[in-house]
Amino acid sequence: MQYQFRTASQLLELCQTQSVSVAELALLGEVENGPQSREETESRMLEYYRRMKESVQKGLQITERSRSGLSGGDSRRVLAHSTGPHPSALGATFERSIAYALAVLETNAAFGRIIATPTAGSAGICPACLLIWQEERQASDETTMRGLFTAAGIGRVIGLGACFSGAQGGCQAEVGSACAMAAAAICELDGGSPEDVVHASALALQNTLGLICDPIGGYVEAPCMMRNGLFGLHAFGAAAVALSGVRSIVPFDEVVSALREVGNKMPRIYKETSQGGLAATPTGLRFFPRRPKTDP
Amino acid sequence: MRIFEIIGPSMIGPSSSHTAGACRLGWAARALLDEPLETARIELHGSFLATGDGHGTKEALTAGLLGLAPDDERLIQSPELARAEGLAIHFGEVDLGPQAHPNTARIHLKGSSRQLSLTGASVGGGSVCIQEVDGLPVEIRGTLETLVLWHQDTPGFLARITAVLACVQINVASIRTSRLERGENAITAIEVDGSLPDEVSALLRKTPAIARFTRLPVLPGS
Repeated sequence: MQYQFRTASQLLELCQTQSVSVAELALLGEVENGPQSREETESRMLEYYRRMKESVQKGLQITERSRSGLSGGDSRRVLAHSTGPHPSALGATFERSIAYALAVLETNAAFGRIIATPTAGSAGICPACLLIWQEERQASDETTMRGLFTAAGIGRVIGLGACFSGAQGGCQAEVGSACAMAAAAICELDGGSPEDVVHASALALQNTLGLICDPIGGYVEAPCMMRNGLFGLHAFGAAAVALSGVRSIVPFDEVVSALREVGNKMPRIYKETSQGGLAATPTGLRFFPRRPKTDP
Repeated sequence: MRIFEIIGPSMIGPSSSHTAGACRLGWAARALLDEPLETARIELHGSFLATGDGHGTKEALTAGLLGLAPDDERLIQSPELARAEGLAIHFGEVDLGPQAHPNTARIHLKGSSRQLSLTGASVGGGSVCIQEVDGLPVEIRGTLETLVLWHQDTPGFLARITAVLACVQINVASIRTSRLERGENAITAIEVDGSLPDEVSALLRKTPAIARFTRLPVLPGS
């Protein structure tokens, strides 16, 4: 086994000694260790990228509210505002990125098909970032899809060093991981070196530490949806900062250790139990499917 | 950790545990019954019961019983599909106690000639663990092809089965036998690497003490 890594420092060393990108290393490692050929792995990833884009387009068509009443139609609203007379001072792309990530979570809430990247609750961030990158750079699906291999390489380091599950590590493990993966993908697609990629991930992940998982009513909708929408922008920010040459003070592997430590020490009420945070606010409690009857 | 565990699974939302995992439990139950399904009764425990409605848990379990994969876009229409097939599915509640995983379902199936009961949990990220089949404890995760044998507890049984697998060069990843009382009904679940060749079935049909056996494929959406 020549291409296996568990940490970012091992990943960087392999990228250097083998003269490969993070995406290529992740692909080589998968083919070396699995039953599928390089071509099969690439075509499955391309298919997954196309399904991600479908999940964005499907979400943008949704006008009805979800079963819980917590979401529906928001991605359309944001997209419409981006093309209106007064888009954000940061530009229409800024708002479109938000709309795309919201759209995936709206598709998810409407029993549509998504690619859990790395989880269903954080499935909007990578598709939004990659689709915006593709549109802005006018790239093909085949080129853009490479970013998912970069994302998978960084995701592997987080998954092995900490976890992805909100029930185990809070929202930082879901949305934080997705941000780090998306930042890595954008950074490498924009020509970043493996070192830039790892710093982009470190910068993205460290700003999500402590984020609790407090889904209102137990549904994967609020605050999950808006976390995806706004943290997609965060991934773009981290990638840009890393590409400028700025470095994370704390190396990525240590940020992952911090993620694990914070996750382990986080009280259970903040880990997908809907017993704390926004879920336990008076408004949040109104959306519980089996809330205790308060009427006489 | 594989790439498509990180980028994936491809699934119908909204929840990997309440939707994708629930579908896979239903799918496994159908495969273990291994004959046309006539009626099903499913009891939901814990979080499956409390928040299952908003997550499409019943539709997902139904879809699995119809043989749909967790990323099949017909998943949410599964109740209508079941009605069209003349399949009656009833849902109920159960309290399996504080030790049970919060996302647990108990499934009772009636087929054309036999019945099957199964208790399984959706343990996160779409992964499942079947913990009980026909009242006997098992631990089946469905990530590898699994040979499940219903048999009488007799000396030398496992030696005969593993000899069959050795004949066809199949590597055993895990093996577990359980029974209620010595010499009575037992279940053995054997996870194997790769896929069992067809001649295994012919050899197992000649093996004494086996009431029946099923090859449970890797659950869809892995």
